[in-house]
Amino acid sequence: MTPAVHIAGLQKWYGGFHALKDITLTVDPGETVVICGPSGSGKSTLIRCINRLEDFQQGRIQIGGAPLPGPREGRALAAMRQRVGMVFQSFNLFPHFTATENCSWALRRARGVPEAEARDTALRLLDRVHLRDHADKRPAQLSGGQQQRVAIARALCMNPEVMLFDEPTSALDPEMVKEVLDVMAELAEAGMTMICVTHEMGFARRVADRVVFMDQGRIIETNPPERFFSAPSSARAQAFLAQIL
Amino acid sequence: MTFIETFLNLEVMARVLPMLLRGFVNTLLLAAAVLTIGAVAGVAICLARLYGPKWARVLAIAWIDLFRAIPILVLLILIYYALPFAGIRLSGYWSAVIALSCVFSAFTAEVFRAGIEAIPKGQIEAAQALGVPGRSIIAEIILPQAFRIAIPSHTSNSVAIAKDTSLASVVAMPDLLKQATDAQALTANPSPLIAAALIYLAVLLPAVRLVHWLERRMKAP
Ligand SMILES: Nc1ncnc2c1ncn2[C@@H]1O[C@H](COP(=O)(O)OP(=O)(O)OP(=O)(O)O)[C@@H](O)[C@H]1O
Ligand SMILES: [Mg+2]
Repeated sequence: MTPAVHIAGLQKWYGGFHALKDITLTVDPGETVVICGPSGSGKSTLIRCINRLEDFQQGRIQIGGAPLPGPREGRALAAMRQRVGMVFQSFNLFPHFTATENCSWALRRARGVPEAEARDTALRLLDRVHLRDHADKRPAQLSGGQQQRVAIARALCMNPEVMLFDEPTSALDPEMVKEVLDVMAELAEAGMTMICVTHEMGFARRVADRVVFMDQGRIIETNPPERFFSAPSSARAQAFLAQIL
Repeated sequence: MTFIETFLNLEVMARVLPMLLRGFVNTLLLAAAVLTIGAVAGVAICLARLYGPKWARVLAIAWIDLFRAIPILVLLILIYYALPFAGIRLSGYWSAVIALSCVFSAFTAEVFRAGIEAIPKGQIEAAQALGVPGRSIIAEIILPQAFRIAIPSHTSNSVAIAKDTSLASVVAMPDLLKQATDAQALTANPSPLIAAALIYLAVLLPAVRLVHWLERRMKAP
């Protein structure tokens, strides 16, 4: 089976700072992988390398068996990015667009889908994140949880093979975390391949197929959640869990 | 002679009114050309400065610094009186259009740069992550929001450059001020100057109000 995402020997420096050290990770289609670890361990950097929002110096990344184009291969990279959805901690919706326009814009501009068809797709995916009734609102008129669900719908519109989440609930008020995690769990249930950086250990336990623990730019351990939470292999993961649970 | 007869002589004003109106039309034509050319060039220079290749950025920065530093009057006189020695002879109108547009483009570029830099980087990353080509991101995500942010400052600069059109009178362009000083000489009465000042105020006072209103509206979310 071709892996959905294959990362091999990834090395990344910010100037003299070694941010990612020899990362190797394979994610199979339909798998949900949760990445956790202390602040500054390189989780965001890793996930942002997968669609080259960050460039890296060494190593290989393949999406669906095809190599990730370089930062100067504009067209090929844009085409590859359409196959990888991304959800950010800070939502990053376009404030001057309605929810529907946020979702349909990339279909029209990146894929040339006609307006009516893009709109139908947008409404279908807003429905999927339970926001059909808010389709014509601007981001400022939506709660944080609703904004993040629009952001998920926006990414799903491109029908991606993989979804990346970088702490999607960290900027939310506690009462809104659940509605976003529920949508993510539904996605995983439906067979989406997902790589999620999150500190929501309940979500990891329930939804993840594997938990990846990172520290200081390295993957320290990879285990199924039952194993990771009951008997983590590394002392560092034990210390991390003791701190956040 | 009474005060009224000297400064607000309606008979004199009526006599020179056609002359002043011709000057007013010339001033409007000059302002319209400068506001259009300077704004379009300013946005282009701003884009070159932020997204262009290295050489274009260097050129844009040099252009912006140069024309923000040089006094408009000095530039205008250079173009009108010095360029002919290099074989380039421009009319008063075109000298003024070029001098004022160069300066206005530099100020416009800076205002729009500030507008663009105020847009959260995350939005641009989100657009890139969707695989949308760069030109669509600039045209539909960055520029519309940057324009909105820049409008109050840009309007304020526009008012300032509209006022500076009166400098064109020193290069013999028959603008409103030049026509007024000519009319004053002709009638040996300062009333045309007063009339010209009133015409400037009639246009510019509402413009200044508009700037206030835009600034207030922008502060509200
Ligand atoms: N643009 C940058 N320039 C220099 N160093 C950076 C940059 N971005 C991140 N770093 C450094 O790289 C390391 C990893 O950062 P990263 O954001 O990936 O951590 P993280 O695991 O996502 O942390 P958090 O849980 O706080 O989000 C940190 O030490 C950070 O200071
Ligand atoms: Mg992070």
